Amino acid sequence: MTWRLLPAGERGVLAELDDLDAVLTLDATLTTLAAGGDPPWHAVEDRVPAARTLLLTVRDPRDLGAVTDALGNVLAALGVHFEAAIRPLGRPKRRLEPHTGAEVVELAVHYDGPDLAEVARLCGLSADEVVAAHTGRLWRVGFAGFAPGFAYLVDGDPRLRTPRRTEPRTAVPAGSVGLAGAFSGIYPRSSPGGWQLIGRTDAALFDVDRDPPALLRPGAWVRFVAAP
Amino acid sequence: MGPLRGRAVRTLTVLAPGTFASLQDAGRPGWAHVGVGHSGAADRGAHHLANRLVGNPTDSATIECLLGGLTARAEADVVVAVTGAPCPVRVNGRDADHHAPLYLRGGDELSLGLPEAGLRCYVAASGGFEVDPVLGSRSWDSLAGLGPAPLRAGAVLPLGGAAADGARVDHAPVLLPTLETLTVTVTPGPREDWVADGLAALGERTWVVSTHSDRVGVRLDGVPLLRAAAFADAELPSEGVVRGAVQVPAGGLPVVFGSDHPVTGGYPVVGVVTDADADRLAQARPGQQVRFRAAGITPRRGPSR
Repeated sequence: MTWRLLPAGERGVLAELDDLDAVLTLDATLTTLAAGGDPPWHAVEDRVPAARTLLLTVRDPRDLGAVTDALGNVLAALGVHFEAAIRPLGRPKRRLEPHTGAEVVELAVHYDGPDLAEVARLCGLSADEVVAAHTGRLWRVGFAGFAPGFAYLVDGDPRLRTPRRTEPRTAVPAGSVGLAGAFSGIYPRSSPGGWQLIGRTDAALFDVDRDPPALLRPGAWVRFVAAP
Repeated sequence: MGPLRGRAVRTLTVLAPGTFASLQDAGRPGWAHVGVGHSGAADRGAHHLANRLVGNPTDSATIECLLGGLTARAEADVVVAVTGAPCPVRVNGRDADHHAPLYLRGGDELSLGLPEAGLRCYVAASGGFEVDPVLGSRSWDSLAGLGPAPLRAGAVLPLGGAAADGARVDHAPVLLPTLETLTVTVTPGPREDWVADGLAALGERTWVVSTHSDRVGVRLDGVPLLRAAAFADAELPSEGVVRGAVQVPAGGLPVVFGSDHPVTGGYPVVGVVTDADADRLAQARPGQQVRFRAAGITPRRGPSR
């Protein structure tokens, strides 16, 4: 595992890693450390995992040095763990099934999206085969970022890799289920968007009056099922 | 928390919100992992000062008013203060001071005029505006559409129990926003190498604040920045961004992220404006000139405000 730390202002540091798996491993480790509340982790304000990076921010710029040093130590330790424990054993890099006790969210989808035919054409599949591919594998919550409650879902069927629409829509209805690149995702509320829409769900992705507010959280898995 | 009886009785009524007014506080940290941004006051220093002038904790909610314009009536005795962009302040039609505690009695009307420079005024009231928080904050996040809705005429804002420890000053001397060229300090960003000549290219140009600027970001017009040759065709996977981040989209015209910035961005961040100067940038008017100065060393600042 290679990694480096990049500057991100007076109160931020950006860790750049090989891939999403390394990011999620780091994120899980930092969750454990933050829960302990020990210095310097108590100084962390927010954490933003993404496809290849993890941003850490602190409340007070004077804590950035200590947090950056500690982050470097964690990464060095994880690097040893990755190289020594995982790669030499020839295990697959991605864990394609949830570990015991992981949360699996089942989402019923009406596969009648306006881009279903186009996605089928682009992927060289029939519409039914697109639905079968989308429902045939568990997706994993990778990271958030586009809007509250939006999750980039990863580890789906590679045949569904789809480019974004050339013309983004000015309004995508809430609950729309889309594809873009290797990701799948669900629009939590009506917003502009360029993903290819293959269906819709009635599930509430984000509700501030619910605890927790986000339905799809880091570490969770998603099983799409075709609604009758 | 003050006594319930007091909270129920004391209110402030918005008679006219002006151009745009919303409640803001210290923001909504800790939710980035589910896509919720930090938000909070655009000019944090002015927000803090307004609270301190009325004896509130600095994370109490204040009213952020774009270009002044707010008119409100105190329905009970309350101390208020107006900070940020220097605007004419009147109480019952009589001139009053900004950056000073004003002692209103029930029925008094506070009104804000158009600031001569700057964009955003902050109104604090003793006890703080205690509308129901959303995910722990009373900030309106314009990008996420989250938090207490922007203020409308007739909105009745409940006030918390009056702070026991009132203000101890009559006036706060501050550097007020001006219309002159604003020079802001910038530290290197994570992708400085993606932009040809990096911070030097950013710093040698004079930029103009675009009319398409808002709480999400300050957009700048000028001579576009170029991609470094080594990254000409590279695509950056989206990554976490901070307030003050200077993002350079494909067109080369930078956007400096404000309080309501998205949690992640897909274009390279060449530099990050310091917290203090992100406040000043939040007060820059469309048409105003902006220059960037690279920080010589990693800034070490004194105790946080």
